Amino acid sequence: MTRPTPETLATSARRARAAVEPPRDVDRPCGATPTVPAVRTPVPAPAQVSGAGSLVRSLEALGVEVIFGIPGGSILPAYDPLYDSTVRHILVRHEQGAGHAATGYAQATGRVGVCVATSGPGATNLVTPIADAYMDSVPLVAITGQVARPSIGTDAFQEADIQGITLPITKHNFLVQSAEELPRALAEAFHLAATGRPGPVLVDIPKDVLQASTVFAWPPTLDLPGYRPTLHPHGKQIREAARLMAIARRPVLYVGGGVLKAGATDGLRRLAELTGIPVVTTLMALGAFPDSHPQHLGMPGMHGTVAAVYGLQKADLIIALGARFDDRVTGQLDSFAPDAAVVHADIDPAEIGKNRHADVPIVGDARHVIDELVGAVTVEQSAGHRPDLDDWWSQLQELRKRYPLGYDEPADGTLSPQYVLRRLGEIVGPEAVYVAGVGQHQMWASQFISYEKPRTWLNSGGLGTMGYAVPAAMGAKVGRPETVVWGIDGDGCFQMTSQELATCALEGIPVKIAVINNGNLGMVRQWQALFYGERYSNTELGTHKHRIPDFVKLAEALGCVGLRCETAEDVDQTIEAAMSINDAPVVIDFVVGKDAMVWPMVAAGTSNDEIMFARGVRPVFDEDEV
Amino acid sequence: MTMHTLSVLVENKPGVLARVSGLFSRRGFNIGSLAVGETENPDVSRITIVVNADSSPLEQVTKQLNKLVNIIKIVELDPQVSVARELLLVKVRADRSARGQVLETVNLFRARVVDVAPETLTVEATGTPDKLAALLRDLEAFGIKEMVQSGTVAIGRGSRSITAGPALRAA
Repeated sequence: MTRPTPETLATSARRARAAVEPPRDVDRPCGATPTVPAVRTPVPAPAQVSGAGSLVRSLEALGVEVIFGIPGGSILPAYDPLYDSTVRHILVRHEQGAGHAATGYAQATGRVGVCVATSGPGATNLVTPIADAYMDSVPLVAITGQVARPSIGTDAFQEADIQGITLPITKHNFLVQSAEELPRALAEAFHLAATGRPGPVLVDIPKDVLQASTVFAWPPTLDLPGYRPTLHPHGKQIREAARLMAIARRPVLYVGGGVLKAGATDGLRRLAELTGIPVVTTLMALGAFPDSHPQHLGMPGMHGTVAAVYGLQKADLIIALGARFDDRVTGQLDSFAPDAAVVHADIDPAEIGKNRHADVPIVGDARHVIDELVGAVTVEQSAGHRPDLDDWWSQLQELRKRYPLGYDEPADGTLSPQYVLRRLGEIVGPEAVYVAGVGQHQMWASQFISYEKPRTWLNSGGLGTMGYAVPAAMGAKVGRPETVVWGIDGDGCFQMTSQELATCALEGIPVKIAVINNGNLGMVRQWQALFYGERYSNTELGTHKHRIPDFVKLAEALGCVGLRCETAEDVDQTIEAAMSINDAPVVIDFVVGKDAMVWPMVAAGTSNDEIMFARGVRPVFDEDEV
Repeated sequence: MTMHTLSVLVENKPGVLARVSGLFSRRGFNIGSLAVGETENPDVSRITIVVNADSSPLEQVTKQLNKLVNIIKIVELDPQVSVARELLLVKVRADRSARGQVLETVNLFRARVVDVAPETLTVEATGTPDKLAALLRDLEAFGIKEMVQSGTVAIGRGSRSITAGPALRAA
């Protein structure tokens, strides 16, 4: 495989631009329902029901179409009315799968994802997906059974203080104290999860509350006196931001996941094209701005493009939209973008100034912020204030040309993982949803697949949860059954949650999983190669050497079609074979070389100035140009 | 680093104090003192937190506190225009020979004796942290057998009320 040349990049960019519609947003939660929860079904009349009945009717009234879960002792009463409900329950194999599936569903659709577990171990198995959703601001509602109220605090069988455990990893949580509270607690949970900065909300319900008799009445009145997210930005701050944008010589739009969540991608494109400012999209924002767009420099950060990293680093103005200056983006914070003034817009005031001082802080929903910025910039431009960005662009173009994303074919003749992912993206196309696990395969999938539309790239960005991909792909496919959903997993990740393929097979959820099998915990191995003298301590998984497990046989045992691909010649036809199967989940075991590394790379804790283009190769930045 | 006094109005619900104190510990902030009690509105409690922090971390902790759903309002009280008090109960060794001097010290600080035993006096005092520290310093000479101190409670001077904001009317 060869590196893409600037010419081919430019041609494919033009072609893709012509072919791709402006991104449209699937759905949006942010600020959509300021006071009243979305009621999608007819309002039911008050009725005498059990607490469990009240729970299920509340879910129906909230418009929930699907929940992922596993029953158990404390939550058991809820499963009885669920048996007759319009809400589809998908029986997963492990509660972690339920949590990530709900997250995948939420990220793919923009709606609230719901997972259910019983008390104790059921609830604690949700902890990882809840923490994951918290870090990536996913609207998730987790419903857990709890031991009966008189038993709380007695170390009863299957008792765990899940409210206490999840305090630091939820946006909010409830321990419901009476059946009468249930409709309001659920309506508040959905409202909190979906509005403002989205996040997970846990509702813990004691068994005797589920069993109690109550009157179900809908809609409840929300009582959240301390919750008032700011949606509309301050006009003065917007004007100040526009003024800085009109005089900046080296501006960059630094776009984070908040732009996707706010459904602000159309506005972002207008703002970018109006100003001509280069755009970088973080790992959480891929798809918010078309990869093929000529103004897109790529992803910034630890494994970002040289142009994107350099762009931020040398910028004189960074306009951060729904991004949080994460350490994977900034590298060593002290030396990050030393000359840049910062406009920081976020719906969460606590993000502004948390890591990097904001010269112009803007609190608001990204959609409103961007729309108002478009207006304010237009005013500046009609006053003749339009900066000349030609020098800036020529520097960036030069870097793009000199340091495009690429890779070398493995010297040992093994299959190159980057080639597999590039072909996957090219064959499957930008309409599909791609769901990655965590590690090298995730970075290659972010680099070598082109994302053109919002909500086509799902991954675990903040928490870095191995095992995310299979269940999240399942949830995404449930939410968007007409869309092709590809999970991209490593052999390490895959073995953490592959059991959910049984769920997919039985429930008719035909996801496709590409296992990028290099026989190792690849990203850890890469760090061992670079920073630990090639001492490969406990990273060899044996999936190559011993073929344990045999992923093809494992897939078949789980009710899926299993395919294997070991050579570059077979890549296309194997992907096409998987694409032709729509009645069962498919797993492809791509047996790839173990020595491929993710480049470029900014080593952890170092400055972005130290970015390495490839092993031993530092880009040459002509300081005189800046 | 300087001491800051935050008045935090919260919903009077179980677990709110755990949310507040947990946030301080996991975000790496130290609580100097903390006092909680109901307000004139039984649905609302007031937490007074004294934090030792620079202004920029303080802003971050205030923002993080504001994100807690049960928190209604946070006001930083300016020491120049607010009244801050702590309560101290201290059991001082005061036998026949020392008793007169102990009482003299108590009167000097406008403290009160609330319990008398043959060998000890229990003294109640309220005041600013500085005043109580001075009282304790003087009493130490006699021998302190036991003491307990409350967190700071504080309120702004003048007729304005922090509970009168629009935020609370919604409650």
